[in-house]
Amino acid sequence: MAAAVAVAEPKTKYDRQLRIWGDQGQAALEKASICLLNCGPTGTEALKNLVLGGIGSVTVVDGSKVEQSDLGNNFLLDEGCLGQSRAKSICSFLQELNDAVKAKYVEESPATMIDTNPSFFSQFTVIIATQLPESSLLKLDSICRSANIVLVAARSYGLTGLVRVSIKEHCVIESKPDHSLDDLRLHNPWTELKQFAKSIDICDKDPVVHKHTPYIVILVRLAEKWADAHDGQLPSTRQEKREFKDLIRAHMLNVDEDNYKEAVESSYKVSVTPGISDEIRQIIDDSSSEVNFSSSDFWVLVASLKEFIANEGNGELPLEGTIPDMTSLTEYYVSLQKIYQAKAESDCLAMEYRVKSILKRIGRDPDSISRACIKTFCKNTRKLKVCRYRSLEEEFSSPVLSEVQKYFADEDSCFAMNFYVLLRAVDRLAANYSRLPGQFDSEIGEDVPRLKEAAVSVLSDMGLKGSSLSEDLIAEVCRFAGAEIHPVAAFIGGVASQEVIKLVTKQFVPLNGTFIFNGIDLKSQVLAL
Amino acid sequence: MASPDAAAAPPTEPERWRDLDILLSRPGNLVHSTFDPSPGLRDLIGSFVEVLVVGAGGLGCELLKDLALSGFKNLHVIDMDTIDVSNLNRQFLFRIQDVGKPKAEVAAKRVMERVSGVNIVPHFCRIEDKELEFYNQFQIIVLGLDSIEARSYINSVACGFLEYDSDDKPVQETVKPMVDGGTEGFKGHARVIIPGTTPCFECNIWLFPPQVKFPLCTLAETPRTAAHCIEYAHLIKWDEVHSGKPFDADDTEHMQWIYSEALKRAELFGISGVTYSLTQGVVKNIIPAIASTNAIISAACALEALKLISGCSKSVSNYLTYNGLVGTHNKVTEFVRDTDCLVCGPGTLIELDTSSTLSEFIKMLEEHPKLLMSKASVTHGGNNLYMQSPEVLEQMTRQNLSIPMFELLKGTPFATVHVSGMAESNGKKVSSLRKLRVAFKGVEEASKMDTTESS
Repeated sequence: MAAAVAVAEPKTKYDRQLRIWGDQGQAALEKASICLLNCGPTGTEALKNLVLGGIGSVTVVDGSKVEQSDLGNNFLLDEGCLGQSRAKSICSFLQELNDAVKAKYVEESPATMIDTNPSFFSQFTVIIATQLPESSLLKLDSICRSANIVLVAARSYGLTGLVRVSIKEHCVIESKPDHSLDDLRLHNPWTELKQFAKSIDICDKDPVVHKHTPYIVILVRLAEKWADAHDGQLPSTRQEKREFKDLIRAHMLNVDEDNYKEAVESSYKVSVTPGISDEIRQIIDDSSSEVNFSSSDFWVLVASLKEFIANEGNGELPLEGTIPDMTSLTEYYVSLQKIYQAKAESDCLAMEYRVKSILKRIGRDPDSISRACIKTFCKNTRKLKVCRYRSLEEEFSSPVLSEVQKYFADEDSCFAMNFYVLLRAVDRLAANYSRLPGQFDSEIGEDVPRLKEAAVSVLSDMGLKGSSLSEDLIAEVCRFAGAEIHPVAAFIGGVASQEVIKLVTKQFVPLNGTFIFNGIDLKSQVLAL
Repeated sequence: MASPDAAAAPPTEPERWRDLDILLSRPGNLVHSTFDPSPGLRDLIGSFVEVLVVGAGGLGCELLKDLALSGFKNLHVIDMDTIDVSNLNRQFLFRIQDVGKPKAEVAAKRVMERVSGVNIVPHFCRIEDKELEFYNQFQIIVLGLDSIEARSYINSVACGFLEYDSDDKPVQETVKPMVDGGTEGFKGHARVIIPGTTPCFECNIWLFPPQVKFPLCTLAETPRTAAHCIEYAHLIKWDEVHSGKPFDADDTEHMQWIYSEALKRAELFGISGVTYSLTQGVVKNIIPAIASTNAIISAACALEALKLISGCSKSVSNYLTYNGLVGTHNKVTEFVRDTDCLVCGPGTLIELDTSSTLSEFIKMLEEHPKLLMSKASVTHGGNNLYMQSPEVLEQMTRQNLSIPMFELLKGTPFATVHVSGMAESNGKKVSSLRKLRVAFKGVEEASKMDTTESS
């Protein structure tokens, strides 16, 4: 055992996460600088998760001193910290978790920082704002928007809480979906693939060869055979698809031929609609794809993609170039792999040419987008994602009413919608009475109708009249009185940190609205308002 | 939770636990029917509730922290593993200096250092090494595991305590609730298991499909992927070359050997993609893991434990799946119990002749179509009737084998016995625990007489 070794090899230490986001994702994390506003348990837990994963640097902004109540909900604070700066105490423990991370702190109240020193925020990659009231959050959002900095707002409140992501635009090349269809082009095979399929006798009498002919070959050959018999058309109706499966089965020599079973299971792949999906169509038709000098690399790549589809692509995207494992002789499989790779490389080369010429046209260095980057883009063109977030100002002043009504009508979302409105009402009430509803046991009785009144005013400002709020939830929110209990904070902080990881690595797809935690029955929801 | 003395005493450290007390001391409309809010509830939980955390890894570290900050003061943690460098990206209680030490011990120590007033007892051993009675002291068991077999085992232990009354209703005092969490990359689950009421782990075992293995002929004859080459080196070539020497995945030299053999094979067949990292991943079946998902799932589990014990809110009903790959997707599914479940049901009925011996009974278990249990050890009411191991116990109980069960069970017409042994679960032979109801043919009357005589 390597017990005596005092330094961990980053490759080994980060092994379990490198398997998810790779060296590039890790490099992005190590370059990122995060600013946390308020280091209560919600914010602290979010940072803890990021520090463990090797985020570049963290800066904690918090003006308070450690009190007894911090020891009851924040693991990173203990008796020895009492009376000391909370920001400083949190930083020293964070540093202990991972010495590769730079942990800094500023002893200042976040609200004051937002009011007096907005330019402070421009040095960071992401701001995680926790436990901030609406008024401060609104100001911070506009600061972050104008500096193009990602804002992640998180709040824990009794058994509820929320996480909201805000940035004008977040474009993802590597969205890495859980399931995606293999890009095999069986509906439209190119010359080399057809030639290879022809070179194999699918009626080979050698049983070993027959049961090791890859299904790609079987499907290309039989689709061609089908098309010959059907005026050049591929199976499209249900009936035709069934007949096509029968055609495949008719070529089996034996019932236990796995490759033929795979061919039957994959037979729908010859019938996929040619061309590109609506989602990708929307991206290439986006006005941002009309690029100029200040366009981002992503949109330059999209502009090139649009040209590629119209020209070399013949209406198709660049080929991904990988094939799934399938029953096959090794040599057939390896040959197929090479054929797919070669096509992908030639598509990528064509894209590279287009990227260079566009860059030149808009007055940028033609080599400013690397070949590796173009290659990654080409491998992921079917999965591109563009996420755009409304500003908090927009969300608050003009919510999408049809969505709001839809949420109120659905049982689970209705819970979330109630919490959303009530948390905003809490801030209004707090602004008027300088305390949270339910803060004092003796005043819970009066606070319930006050909170309801505030909630109704939030609703009417949203343009909603007649949507009724749940009396039970109003009472619950009064009962919570802003309590920040550890497990809820750890959940909300956990979600916030996960969103930060996705936003920084530019991998996977971040939250597309406001995540509302429901600690009562765990039926949490995302509201896109 | 009835201890009027403790409830009457002023709560300890009210300032420190201000936030938690708000939730535990105020009544609400959306709470559990048993909720009895009071300023002393936290102290009651602290004094009277013992919690077992199974696993001190990615979930376990988080769970211990979360539970310690949720008012639980008596915790136990059990884990057989020692700390590895690759744990440090998420198992935040461990430092590089701790590598090689037992996880349970270091985790317990670190949490106790930081959260005053909490006591955590570590158990550095396998879960099967503990007496069944060990598990009976806990009011709730929280599982932070990454193996189906271990979950299944703990589930069968907890369900084994469950007794049913004459109407086949669970007897409340025998219900041992569990909260189970699991993660893989950006995804995870959290569930509440209340034996006899909500489905147990075995009722929905199909949620955890067994791992797909490559056919040996593919590895030997038609390898196509890097993983095939690695598994060839691991499962075929190693034994050919190292006759009898067991492969140790934690030995770097062994892993290097597999890697270089896999590379050779890949080159021979023109296959690309064999790397050292992939070799480790395939051989050890590494599941990617990150801090954030573990934090989220553990937090959900700890919150459910707090709600179950205190009643301060409802419970998840009964299975949460979390997926952070696209947005933050939370879905709650209400699964239903399998009323014929061998593990959480009232127990499989076995009818015996009064003359049937213990060894004949053990033989019956092997042939019973539902049980198919081999190498069974048998206990009744905490007494060992026959134990396969350890050796001392085997010797002590061996003479029972030839004694009729009727005699061993003191002439009662019906009895519940627990048997443990190897049984098939999800296509694999694993350590299993089953509850059986034994009935003796035609002895109802006679036994009544027995009872009168003896009293």
